[in-house]
Amino acid sequence: MNMMSEAAVEKALDQKMNTVPLKMIGKDVSVYYGEKRALYDVNLDVRENTVTALIGPSGCGKSTFLRTLNRMNDTIDSCRVTGKITLDGGDIYDPNIDVVELRARVGMVFQKPNPFPKSIYENVTYGPKIHGLARTKADLDQIVEQSLQKAGLWNEVKDRLHESGTGLSGGQQQRLCIARAVAVSPEVILMDEPCSALDPIATAKVEELIHELRTNFTIVIVTHSMQQAARVSQRTAMFHLGNLVEENDTDKMFTNPDDQRTQDYIMGRFG
Amino acid sequence: MSTHIVSVYDEDLKYLTRRISEMGGLAEQMVAESVRALVNSDLALAQKVISDDAILDDAERQIGEKAIVTIAKRQPMAADLREIMGSIRIAADLERVGDLGKNTAKRVIAVASSTLPRQLARGLEHLAELALVQLKEVLDVYASRSPEKANSIRERDSEIDAIYTSLFRELLTYMMEDPRNITPCTHLLFCAKNIERIGDHATNIAETIFYMTTGAQPAGERPKDDSANTVGAVGN
Repeated sequence: MNMMSEAAVEKALDQKMNTVPLKMIGKDVSVYYGEKRALYDVNLDVRENTVTALIGPSGCGKSTFLRTLNRMNDTIDSCRVTGKITLDGGDIYDPNIDVVELRARVGMVFQKPNPFPKSIYENVTYGPKIHGLARTKADLDQIVEQSLQKAGLWNEVKDRLHESGTGLSGGQQQRLCIARAVAVSPEVILMDEPCSALDPIATAKVEELIHELRTNFTIVIVTHSMQQAARVSQRTAMFHLGNLVEENDTDKMFTNPDDQRTQDYIMGRFG
Repeated sequence: MSTHIVSVYDEDLKYLTRRISEMGGLAEQMVAESVRALVNSDLALAQKVISDDAILDDAERQIGEKAIVTIAKRQPMAADLREIMGSIRIAADLERVGDLGKNTAKRVIAVASSTLPRQLARGLEHLAELALVQLKEVLDVYASRSPEKANSIRERDSEIDAIYTSLFRELLTYMMEDPRNITPCTHLLFCAKNIERIGDHATNIAETIFYMTTGAQPAGERPKDDSANTVGAVGN
């Protein structure tokens, strides 16, 4: 029998992990809000078809970093970003880049479900329409069904697509927002505490969804729940006071992290 | 290590540590008494060891339950999680040590009626002394949480194995000399095996402590010098 030793298997898996292509690369990323510096030279890569979790105490810069990945910080006047972030090798802060197009490639789901005050159908078709992804009604119908399927919401709403999105439950609204993000076929989906306003059942559904979306998308998620980070991600990055203190395989991060600050934070100890 | 923000969490962990230490003390005492009962043919002491085992069994159950509740309530991570999983494993090892002591105590009656040379009992006593030193030291390491010391205990188990093997040969010789020795010698063989197993459990505990404190498995194979399983085989 050709049995690989346990160590050999582990090595092969490690190598496999290390050969996963990098979807986004952050190099020396610093962010300033006016005079205040929020991020200090962060070097963090996002691997393709991988869920990367960003953790750390409030104000550590994890959401700030997430928002640099699709230039959400551009909307804040006082905000300045230095360093370099690439998507498939292309600099996303290049002055010639179309931010609207960037955000179609790097979608976002927010903490609070924020469906448009429109029908479920229109919530999903809004993005594809403005990006010109569909020409006919049939195209749109197809996008709506596929997106809602991917977001695990289709069976629950297929008979009331033209009712208002805001009439759904919190968990359903959040999955509708995920469907909306998925509808424009993004490559990366950013999630900023997507479950913090949801009950445990809705949270479980979103986590199941993240697990399934991983095959087609690259996901970066900010979460305050350590257990959630441990459950949904393959890589975890720990932020503290604007610095990236550790980035590691999730399994290692939650059983035996290298950095004392990570250790204290995930174990709920005084640093 | 720094304390938890939720202070009762620290209490939960302290409870586990305290109960493990108590179990360790009792297991140690049971092993020492079982061997003393065997050497002195002391039936009353043997009986005490047998009844003490229930206390150890109870303690293991209580530690298991506390660990489960703590995991459910606190969702421990990293070193805390390793600590709690470690307590479950160490409690199981100590419970087994108690069982082995109890098993030795049960054999006292059968061996007491025989007339075997004293030196056999001496051999067993020596083996038990070594196993008890291992057990005592590993419990000290549990208290001090030193991965280096845990590793050094692990490396010493081969000494016990070597003495066990020589005792095994000796017992075989007595059995061959006189078939009437077979019954008591078989009992003593089991007693020797019990004591040798106690050394293995001490080694298990050392490995658990190493993992608890470092998050890594101890490097390399466990040193073994137990060749009793091949004694009498062709070419041996």
